[in-house]
Amino acid sequence: MSQTVHSSGDHQPDENRRDFLTLATTAVGVVGTGVALWPFVDSMNPSKDVLALASVEVNLANIAVGQAVKVMWRGKPVFIRHRTEREINEANEVALNELVDPQADDARVEKKEWLIVVGVCTHLGCIPMGTATGEARGDYDGWYCPCHGSHYDTSGRIRRGPAPKNLEVPTYTFLTDTSVRIG
Amino acid sequence: MSAPQWNNKVVKWVDDRLPVISMLHHSAYEYPTPKNLSYMWNFGSLAGFVLVTMILTGIFLVMNYTPHTSMAFESVERIMRDVNHGWLIRYIHMNGASMFFICVFIHIFRGLYYGSYKAPREMLWWIGILILLAMMATAFMGYVLPWGQMSFWGATVITNLFSAFPIIGDPLVTWLWGGFSVDNPTLNRFFSLHYLMPFVILGLVVLHVWALHSVRSNNPTGVEIKTPQDSIPFHPYYTIKDLFGLGVFLIFFCAFVFFAPDYLGHPDNYIPANPLVTPPHIVPEWYFLPFYAILRSIDFTILGIPAKLLGVLAMFASIVILFVIPWLDTSKVRSSKFRPVYKWFFWLFVIDTFILGYCGAKAPDDYFMGIPGLKVIVMGQLSTLYYFVHFLVVMPLVGKLERTKPLPASISESVLKEGANA
Ligand code: FES
Repeated sequence: MSQTVHSSGDHQPDENRRDFLTLATTAVGVVGTGVALWPFVDSMNPSKDVLALASVEVNLANIAVGQAVKVMWRGKPVFIRHRTEREINEANEVALNELVDPQADDARVEKKEWLIVVGVCTHLGCIPMGTATGEARGDYDGWYCPCHGSHYDTSGRIRRGPAPKNLEVPTYTFLTDTSVRIG
Repeated sequence: MSAPQWNNKVVKWVDDRLPVISMLHHSAYEYPTPKNLSYMWNFGSLAGFVLVTMILTGIFLVMNYTPHTSMAFESVERIMRDVNHGWLIRYIHMNGASMFFICVFIHIFRGLYYGSYKAPREMLWWIGILILLAMMATAFMGYVLPWGQMSFWGATVITNLFSAFPIIGDPLVTWLWGGFSVDNPTLNRFFSLHYLMPFVILGLVVLHVWALHSVRSNNPTGVEIKTPQDSIPFHPYYTIKDLFGLGVFLIFFCAFVFFAPDYLGHPDNYIPANPLVTPPHIVPEWYFLPFYAILRSIDFTILGIPAKLLGVLAMFASIVILFVIPWLDTSKVRSSKFRPVYKWFFWLFVIDTFILGYCGAKAPDDYFMGIPGLKVIVMGQLSTLYYFVHFLVVMPLVGKLERTKPLPASISESVLKEGANA
């Protein structure tokens, strides 16, 4: 290091350089810490084996018209309902502007006799009733969530209660007329 | 205060190198304490006692607990039936959580009544709120571990709260779960964090006591210690008083552990978790009920913010608001003893929290105390409103408008006067 005595004006460039170095070092330190933390944060995301179980095939042959079943997909239930003519009509008759989360029935089904939705209430995640025969299906003939009183219609759309959204439609493909792969 | 001189050679040798003995001596022996503390000042040390109890019983429970969805429920039942004294250790732990909240809630109400949050005790107050938040997180995760129906569905409902946040909501919930629903990864991480949190709380308690000892204890008059006449050393006066309180408290605690161990819990948690069936009525543990009532009472939209998000924000706000009350309260007088108007509002607030608790326990469409026409949801909304009005309107206004009673010149004077009147 130089031992020269600087006049006060001469300090300026030196201090600027020092400020820059401090800032740059701090920035590298912060970014570096962030990068080092990321693996830990990401380790809490779904792991590969969890992701690998992300699809399931269902045989529809045994589900009679008017019947509905629950299948497990990604640890949560999926409702598959074989809708009757009347239920399909009900779902199509309602005016879109009457809906909380407006969505046409066509946009929610691939084949209109099969309604496939994730059976998790969009409010706080309870499982609505109405799949098993004899269970309360709410005021709109679909499902009724007992936790805080959400009513879903025959298209799984939210009609009344605290839930903000329609029952989610999972991605699915019909492999044949009587079998479907969810996920 | 100068460091004490130690006669014992070993003590002195250690203390010269690490003054931990002097520190303990300062804080648990000669700590000058206001001489007029009432029994309301027992609950801090009681809460500390319960924390230690929880950590100890927890460590022994872990020796027999298995954090896996297929074995958790049965391992808890095995603790109850087969492990020697397992039932006792688990019942202490289970009821200990409730006892912890009882102590801490009384401790907080005490602070609110006597203005213990006011300058210079703001930091002390903040650390206390952080302890409350950490306790809530710990209790919630602990309740999930037995993997009963309420464990599972409580976890589902509460973690789903975070889905209310726009955009980040869903990925955040997936991240919390480590999957697409509450499942084994969720149970594992809750177990890990449930073991960690009590030590975080312990650290916060150390800071809390540190802050306390630097600003000194508040007291029923709210007047600071001015002369040595106002205080007495912590030991033996308050060690004995705390111990006596502990004895009474332990009778209460043991009454639950031995005679009504499941009274405070929900019977559905003795049904193994079933992801396909939601219990008809999900209720949180009693200590969360007021907050749950606030969450549920928001069933309307304001400015396009959906009800679900508003409810979540209101629930968080109900605790976060405590951080700013040192500034919301405009009164120069600490203790409500000398605040003839605010005192009534304080008790109204206490009643309000009980009403909220009641509403949280009932279904929204039930009738409040069976009163026809008065729905629980409406009563919940009114009490939620008062909860916030109390802090945001009553505190600032009453502090400004009220004529307080004259304060005693000192703690000592108030004690002598009360003695003369007795
Ligand atoms: S979870 Fe379904 S209504 Fe709240």
